[in-house]
Amino acid sequence: MNIQIRKFYYGDIPEDTAQVGSNHSTTNENAWPLWEVFIRSKQGLDHKHAGSLHAADAAMAIENARDVYTRRQEGVSIWVIESKHVHASNPDDAEMFYEPASDKIYRHPTFYDLPDELKHM
Amino acid sequence: MMNENKLVSSTLQLADSALILGQRNAAWCAHGPILEQDIAITNITLDLIGQARNFYQYAAKLMNEADNKNETEDTLAYFRNERDFKNYLICELPNGDWAQTILRQFFLSTFQSLLFEKMMQSSDTQLAAIATKSIKEIQYHLKWSSEWVIRLGDGTEESRNRILAAVDYLWMYTGEFFIPAAYEIFNAADLQQDWLHHVAIVFEEATIPFPAENQFMQTGGKTGMHTEHLGFIIAEMQSLQRAYPGAEW
Amino acid sequence: MSLHDLEKSFQDKIDKEIKIEPKDWMPEAYRKTNLRQISQHAHSEIVGMLPEGNWITRAPSLKRKVILIAKVQDEAGHGLYLYSAAETLGSSRDQMIADLHSGKAKYSSIFNYPTLTWADMGAVGWLVDGAAILNQVMLCRTSYGPYARAMVRICKEESFHQRQGFESLMVLSKGTQAQRDMCQDAINRWWWPSLMMFGPTDSESTNSDQSIKWKIKRKTNDELRQQFVDMIVEQVKILGMTLPDPDLKWNEERQHYDFGNINWEEFWNVVKGNGPCNKQRLAARNKAHDEGAWVRAAALAYAEKRKNKLKNKAA
Repeated sequence: MNIQIRKFYYGDIPEDTAQVGSNHSTTNENAWPLWEVFIRSKQGLDHKHAGSLHAADAAMAIENARDVYTRRQEGVSIWVIESKHVHASNPDDAEMFYEPASDKIYRHPTFYDLPDELKHM
Repeated sequence: MMNENKLVSSTLQLADSALILGQRNAAWCAHGPILEQDIAITNITLDLIGQARNFYQYAAKLMNEADNKNETEDTLAYFRNERDFKNYLICELPNGDWAQTILRQFFLSTFQSLLFEKMMQSSDTQLAAIATKSIKEIQYHLKWSSEWVIRLGDGTEESRNRILAAVDYLWMYTGEFFIPAAYEIFNAADLQQDWLHHVAIVFEEATIPFPAENQFMQTGGKTGMHTEHLGFIIAEMQSLQRAYPGAEW
Repeated sequence: MSLHDLEKSFQDKIDKEIKIEPKDWMPEAYRKTNLRQISQHAHSEIVGMLPEGNWITRAPSLKRKVILIAKVQDEAGHGLYLYSAAETLGSSRDQMIADLHSGKAKYSSIFNYPTLTWADMGAVGWLVDGAAILNQVMLCRTSYGPYARAMVRICKEESFHQRQGFESLMVLSKGTQAQRDMCQDAINRWWWPSLMMFGPTDSESTNSDQSIKWKIKRKTNDELRQQFVDMIVEQVKILGMTLPDPDLKWNEERQHYDFGNINWEEFWNVVKGNGPCNKQRLAARNKAHDEGAWVRAAALAYAEKRKNKLKNKAA
């Protein structure tokens, strides 16, 4: 594949064109771990993934989530989980995982043709 | 200085304290130690300035009713002078490092949580209403700042040294909370034991030695006798209003 | 699958408007382009806090003060969402910040201009955020899932920024002569840098545009810039102010406004570090980060201690 990216955009200034500063970058070994945040937007609804953030521990992660993700009353309950503990399915398995369900149309209520007179079903 | 009745003076005292601490904390916005905490302290800043506005609006209403004046939250915040401000001295002290800012917030939030509990019972329904609204914010500030005091006290050697230095610097400004000014309608003297008790609990968990009893305490903020820092704070804060008097923004 | 097949199926997904997610296979250049763009976008939010933060302590009313603080705080939030999106591509926030602080990574050069008067708060909200929003609305449909989701959240919050900016200028435009002058002066100073925010013109680019093909971007710089000009020319009339461009006029044939030449030499100089505030901005970011190091270390050390305490209790 011929890959050439030469356009410059707001928020996308290629570093070769604008090379200033040093190449030395040191990372801080004191980085706080990453957490995934789940917010329940109102009572009765599921917690939904809202995003992630950094925190030193779980208690702080919950408070940070409160400060970052509920500034506009987006939530009434918060779950956090350290990102490294999330196990995810492999996208390579997507076909064998999800496609076998596609022909099981009899699992859906609309599969069954019933007379209109039948009520409450 | 203005001639004010006790209720007005007390209300302004609460407003000034919230505003000046808000103004100080606001300087952390865009300069915090990590994004998440930059956002956290800025939420506290917004709460404090929100409280200040509620108190100023109430004071303005009282003043306008009494003397046919035209005060607003902004005339009170922007056109009073150094000697008119009644905030606790501790609010106007420089931010210093994160330890000093956190500890100051902890001292004030602890005090506010006690004072506002009392204010919620006030026969003045407006003050009671403001206290009821604010107490939830204050409880969060208290939780957040307590946790940070504990973290810093029991964190690294450096953080411990810094929080100890902050205790050393700020302690003499905590006595003022409990020495009533002549105008104060809420007597805070009887809150001192509870305050000391709560601070002691947090200090113990933070492994911070409790300061010796009967130390000399600074006073004066509530009666307009400030540190040299306040003049600069209000000069900066009021600069636009003073430069363009009468303009709407 | 061979590399060729992987690339083909990747492009098929893009063509079918299926979002790419972090664990999906993606060409290395796609990952790098996204990482660079998202992290630069994040840096722009964070550095962008500084010119506006500059006026927080001097905001002329308590209402304006809380609005400004909330706005600058939102930018911290936006930076945070974007860093998180970038982290899904395999870089740590720490590394990205280190690259920003060393001068290796870039941010939008608009934030290297100074905010000289209060009116700049309005002009930045209206023009700078207005320009950013055009880009951001487009990015809500970008092909990389985490980036698109971050942008949806950001766009919801960002419209408050632009509106408060315009409203604040409206008040100035109806105020005293001194306020109107302040308003016009701010528009004059921010107009051209805002146009530069969209980047160099399309004609400077000779290659087929991979970013468009991959649907990272959906419009070119010039398309977005034209959209911005057409929009602002109408809005400035409501303020009763003018834009500092004598060549600005309606082109019946193009059905767009023509505008004058942008000073690209200035643009590249600001990008390369010679803008009025480049050094000041980076110094401020470095200072905050360096002075925060002991705070971050303390929180980690405490968390570690507490974990051990709990373990010992359990044992």
